[in-house]
Amino acid sequence: MLSHLPILQVIVPLLAAPACLLLDRARAAWLFACMASLVSVVISGLLVFQVHQFGVLSYSLGGWDAPWGIEYRIDLLSAYVLLIVSGIGALMMLAANTAIRIEIPPERQPLFYVLYLLCLAGLLGIVATGDIFNVFVFLEISSLATYALIAQGRDRRALWAAYQYLIVGTIGATFILIGIGFLYSLTGTLNMQDLANRLPQLENSATAFTAFAFLMVGVCLKLALFPLHLWLPNAYAYAPSIVTAFLAATATKVAVYLLIRFHFSVFGVGFAASVLPLHSIFLALGLAGVFVASLVAIQQPNVKRLFAYSSVAQIGYMIIGIGIGSATGLQATLLHLFNHALMKGALFLALAAVVFRFGSADIRHFAGLGQRMPWTMAVIVIGGLSLIGVPGTVGFISKWYLVLAAFERDWWPLIIAVLLGSLLAVIYIWRLVEVAYFWKGEDEVCREAPLSLLIPTAILALANIYFGIDTRLPVYLSDSAAQMLFGVGP
Amino acid sequence: MLPELYNYWVVIVLMMIGFYIVIVQGNLIKKLIGLNIFQTSVFIFYISVGKVADGSAPILAEGVNVYSNPLPHVLILTAIVVGIATMALALALVIRIKNAYGTVEEEELQERDLQC
Amino acid sequence: MLAGIYGLLSASFFVSMDAVDVAFTEAAVGAGVFPLLMLTALTVAGRYEQTAHRRPRAAFFLVLVTGALLILGTLDMPPFGSPDAPAHTHVAARYIQASPTEIGIPNMVTSVLADYRAFDTLGEVVVVFTAVVGVLILLTSGGQRQQSSPANAVETMRSHMILRVVSKMLIPLMLLFALYVQFHGEYGPGGGFQAGVIFAAAIILYAMLFGLAKAQAAIKPSILRLLAAFGVLLYGGVGVVSFLTGVNYLDYSRLAADPVAGRHIGILVIELGVGITVAAAMILIFYAFAGYATGRAEAE
Repeated sequence: MLSHLPILQVIVPLLAAPACLLLDRARAAWLFACMASLVSVVISGLLVFQVHQFGVLSYSLGGWDAPWGIEYRIDLLSAYVLLIVSGIGALMMLAANTAIRIEIPPERQPLFYVLYLLCLAGLLGIVATGDIFNVFVFLEISSLATYALIAQGRDRRALWAAYQYLIVGTIGATFILIGIGFLYSLTGTLNMQDLANRLPQLENSATAFTAFAFLMVGVCLKLALFPLHLWLPNAYAYAPSIVTAFLAATATKVAVYLLIRFHFSVFGVGFAASVLPLHSIFLALGLAGVFVASLVAIQQPNVKRLFAYSSVAQIGYMIIGIGIGSATGLQATLLHLFNHALMKGALFLALAAVVFRFGSADIRHFAGLGQRMPWTMAVIVIGGLSLIGVPGTVGFISKWYLVLAAFERDWWPLIIAVLLGSLLAVIYIWRLVEVAYFWKGEDEVCREAPLSLLIPTAILALANIYFGIDTRLPVYLSDSAAQMLFGVGP
Repeated sequence: MLPELYNYWVVIVLMMIGFYIVIVQGNLIKKLIGLNIFQTSVFIFYISVGKVADGSAPILAEGVNVYSNPLPHVLILTAIVVGIATMALALALVIRIKNAYGTVEEEELQERDLQC
Repeated sequence: MLAGIYGLLSASFFVSMDAVDVAFTEAAVGAGVFPLLMLTALTVAGRYEQTAHRRPRAAFFLVLVTGALLILGTLDMPPFGSPDAPAHTHVAARYIQASPTEIGIPNMVTSVLADYRAFDTLGEVVVVFTAVVGVLILLTSGGQRQQSSPANAVETMRSHMILRVVSKMLIPLMLLFALYVQFHGEYGPGGGFQAGVIFAAAIILYAMLFGLAKAQAAIKPSILRLLAAFGVLLYGGVGVVSFLTGVNYLDYSRLAADPVAGRHIGILVIELGVGITVAAAMILIFYAFAGYATGRAEAE
């Protein structure tokens, strides 16, 4: 069994989904889905160990070796991201039963779990595979599931948000398909490792350049890189809260993974730099994203939208890390991948609790929340501190490495910009804290969030602090991955 | 070089027509038609890549030596299926939007949202 | 309707490019399923649009840039149809050369689809499954019971006698043809997906002419859900059986005494899984669309 772990990572949730359809009761479906997602986490953990011990894992599907058949290729970067995605997937699933109780009618709940598992399987499949067309197929699996999940929000704007995301997402996927087509016409292969071997000879080819451009734009649409982020705030704001929590912590991370994979492993670091000032573009867009999104976040009356814009800003930081172009910069990005999943996972899950009690996440409901839902508010405060980058939280660690990377290059303006970004975050977090602790609540009585929601939220919040203090695991993994990626490039 | 590439260029024009429709159209269903045109022309592009001059369909037969490339066919079969799956979901969304808003025109949707 | 014509045109283009399997699929999908779904959606959404176009000049500029980039990309491509292109000399060449001996079926597209790249096809089936679950969660109340009221029966096309008589003869033939395509996919163009669509088309034709209620009584939605899930599980299950025989996922070589025979069995079973899920999914999607449209019509 152990040798089959790479494929089991994806097959378990993938086949659990139709099996889940056969169970018609919401509770049975939920329990089954919980089991499947927990098994996925265990597999991810084992994979990290295996990669650590044995190096890159290569698994030939159908018994056909690459490049004739499809190869699953797990290296340190993939194992790291797989762990993040499956971990979040399982935690959110544990909370899902309660969270969707008020947002989705009971008859539809079993279908919800099926779609959730499909989305999870799709995301895991994107990360685990070593074949570029396979990436497209699983990207579409996760995307279709996502569109349907987002549309389940109670507000009718959820439908419109889902439609917009569908249009943008399908254009992005089609761009990726175009990129794959160009690459295939040049090299005759779809295996990413094989492509990496063949592309250096084609460095001056206009076709390769176009392929790269389309792949990048396609991925950046999915990433919500400024200015291609317009679908994200609506999708996150109007989707059911647990869906937002799940997606915010995983979907964009997988897109960043894909960006890194294309940029470093397939095309090689030198390629992009030789034809485009790509790193400068990333720096510029990343910074623009940080500032514009943070400024808009400050004005939002709906807290879910506020944090959605905050996510766009955080993605900006991740892109800046890549734009710096050094191993430390990449390490900062990888760390932020992990940390942002923890931060936003905790925050949106806490918001799910608020929505559970109040029906919406409008800031008016936050008045006096500090007294009425103390634990939930505490989680939001911790998450907020992490967003700002206060020492003692994971957010500090990734900002630290980002500043370090800029420092290595003597890019003082960048360091100042990053710090300014944190300042903006302070403003919107403080706004929330002020309303929660210093304003009088409305007269309705309200209780703390139910335990089933509170416990996963607390776990994520504590993880924020724990990994902010004992940084060994994420730092080690991200460092090794970054070094490996830079070593592979020409 | 030029005449040999014009096949691809015609496809690209088709693609851009589809792309343009998606962006510009205010009617949700027409947007989807544009998307369909865009996607289908990408399929045509792939299949053009797979064509081998004087080749025949990639089914083994007596007396045939040159075959067209089967791999792009496989990829496009999958892509067509993905495309129709996306369309089905998109149309379902449009139907729901019509039911919830009473319109499928983008401008009117935005107006009705602002009124709320 | 234009979409249907466009689909047929694409299909004929594909045939001229020697892509017969793709042509078959595109004909079924682009000229069959897609126009059908469009028409149903239009019934709900209304046929006429306001001619509101947003920012055409900015869009035109964007499209121009993208198109120019694409044309730039083609400049370094190998000439159209050249047999020496990397696309044909690397992986594909091996498929063409080795598949007669390794897999032994004439249709090389099926060889690649169902064996060499079987995992992608599993992904494809899952995409179909995802779409049908998505449509169900959007358009039905979720429960197993999807009743169309008896009033629906009156809406059948009683006046179209010719259609009804002809279709009564045609539908069994279509079903038979679907089965033929399903199992003959190894020798000629065809296979699970095309067969599934044709099968669904036959049932949909029945539903259109004799009423949704009758069709749903004969082919129940609850059974279809089971079948949709079953098809995916069947496909995935073959891979699991591969584990049990001691090889990698979806490796069919040990399903029988002889690897080639094993591969035949594997391909047959997974194509069946594809056909079942696709047929069930298409019919379910049609039921959902039609049921929603008639439900709204009655509510008004």
